Amino acid sequence: MSVLAIVSIKNGMPTKGGLEAASYAASHAEAQGISAIALVAGDINGDGGLGATGVSHVLQFSEAITDSSQWAKLAAAAAQEHSAIAIVASHDHFGRAIAPRVAVRLQAGLVAGVTELPTHGSVRKNVFSGKAMADVSVSTAVSVYTVTPNAFGIKNDSNEAEVQAFASEIGTARESVTGFDTASADGQVPLPEAELVVSAGRGLKGPENWGIVEDLAKALGATTACSRPVSDIGWRPHHEHVGQTGITIRPNLYVAAGISGAIQHLAGVNQSKTIVVINTDPEAPFFKAADYGIVGDAFEVLPKLTAAAKELMG
Amino acid sequence: MKILVCISQAPDTTSRIAFTDGDKAFDASGVQYIVNPYDEWYALVRAIELKEKHGGSVTTLTVGEAVCDPIIRKALAIGADDAIRINVEPTDPMQVAQLIANEAQGQSYDLILCGKETIDHNGSVVPAMIAEMMDLPFVALATTLEIDDGLAKLTRESAGGEENVEVSLPLVASAAKGMAEQRIPNMRGIMSARSKPLNVVEASSETSTDVDKFTLPPEKGACKMIDADRPEELIRLLREEAKAI
Ligand SMILES: Cc1cc2nc3c(=O)[nH]c(=O)nc-3n(C[C@H](O)[C@H](O)[C@H](O)COP(=O)(O)OP(=O)(O)OC[C@H]3O[C@@H](n4cnc5c(N)ncnc54)[C@H](O)[C@@H]3O)c2cc1C
Repeated sequence: MSVLAIVSIKNGMPTKGGLEAASYAASHAEAQGISAIALVAGDINGDGGLGATGVSHVLQFSEAITDSSQWAKLAAAAAQEHSAIAIVASHDHFGRAIAPRVAVRLQAGLVAGVTELPTHGSVRKNVFSGKAMADVSVSTAVSVYTVTPNAFGIKNDSNEAEVQAFASEIGTARESVTGFDTASADGQVPLPEAELVVSAGRGLKGPENWGIVEDLAKALGATTACSRPVSDIGWRPHHEHVGQTGITIRPNLYVAAGISGAIQHLAGVNQSKTIVVINTDPEAPFFKAADYGIVGDAFEVLPKLTAAAKELMG
Repeated sequence: MKILVCISQAPDTTSRIAFTDGDKAFDASGVQYIVNPYDEWYALVRAIELKEKHGGSVTTLTVGEAVCDPIIRKALAIGADDAIRINVEPTDPMQVAQLIANEAQGQSYDLILCGKETIDHNGSVVPAMIAEMMDLPFVALATTLEIDDGLAKLTRESAGGEENVEVSLPLVASAAKGMAEQRIPNMRGIMSARSKPLNVVEASSETSTDVDKFTLPPEKGACKMIDADRPEELIRLLREEAKAI
């Protein structure tokens, strides 16, 4: 018996979501007294750091795969060969495309977006876009889980995993990838997995004023985000929109400048560990959801914060 | 082009979230329901745009009981041609996907579009399950979708950016922000929606997961206010107290 993590690879290394899935699989396996294995497709540097997350073996398929149905065939074959009682993937573009297909192939119950390890046959996940949590139990023998980004830490022991070739019949690809654009030219961490986020709203008054937001983000090593109206009017790209109808995030630090704190915005960010709000209006609802607040003009406060952050970070 | 759009109802985004039945069920009292925003704003509107461009039909499919009829009429008012409602209370993604796949099988849809997730259960897994059950290709989290001579050209989220991908029809895709702009139904749409067909189908289903208990997150403590003239104090607290930077 085993727990199987399916891990996506980018430039020879697992993605952050892949490492989180492997860490989750290893912790879940350890609690059951069984071993965890990871499945990858394509080239990987050594064990890609997967051994450090606690998996004992890395199964490597020889070629990179993008097609979700091919991935699902591969993962289901690995799960069956290694008698997996649970299959774990990241709750991102990768896991959302593949894990449900694996669940169907294995007739396994799936819980999407888990935030904690299963206990007593039940596992916790976010619902209502972070406004509540649900404990869900699975009634099938095999379970499939996708792990919410930034909810479960990456384990880092000194172990090495053994990399083994794994082959299976996966059929032909029905999609072809014809191009790729990086979301943020300046090499920011993608928003769903960012640990530090600096966000701004309509209080910034226009796209030409975003320099002071970007400066603070850069000084902190943070990723930029925005409220919905800001992306709807086109001041900022859609992939920066956080909230109930945008991206749900849970970074260590969320700094919100010139955002009122509407319920739909809060739903997407209220699980951030520390929230800082900067707003001219002392009655702004966001202060009720914040850990630290500054009543002040973002145009004055943000540059001062940037200077202080630069001094501290060196 | 024959397009199927899967739509579900979700509590209005301003609803008070509370639970009943020993915290096992959502407390729907006083809650207004809306079309799940991803289903309406992106999947449905893009389907209607594609129909306007290429001809064909847009059918909506909802798994749910009669309480869903108002949101289905709204989808018809926005521009869908007809609607199917599978008269089963949805409780589990595998169950919902199986009911949809059974209904869609053999109906020769060229395109099955879903919103990327519902804003209540946030599963984001039904579309890929439908694809697997029907043995169709699937594109997750698509931000653009064009159809060109039987070939679908999409942009989708990928690690650190966006990928362009081409897939031949038939296809299942989940729609994310960017695919279309919200449409407000006009008076003519609202009037004509009343007479468009809404077919109710009976079916049976099985589930593989159960919610044991809902919990609300703990309340935040008081917000610590910092003088606007001393932002360096905030940076110090973020490092020393919150250990966030
Ligand atoms: C169905 C639905 C879904 C939605 N989904 C989302 C979502 O996912 N995400 C989201 O963000 N919103 C969402 N919204 C919109 C939401 O209701 C709010 O309208 C939106 O979040 C407000 O954005 P904002 O805070 O940037 O702008 P405003 O509400 O206009 O707030 C601007 C704030 O800036 C402050 N301000 C002004 N000048 C300054 C200054 N110089 N310095 C500092 N502060 C200043 C003001 O005091 C004010 O608090 C949704 C709405 C609906 C109906």
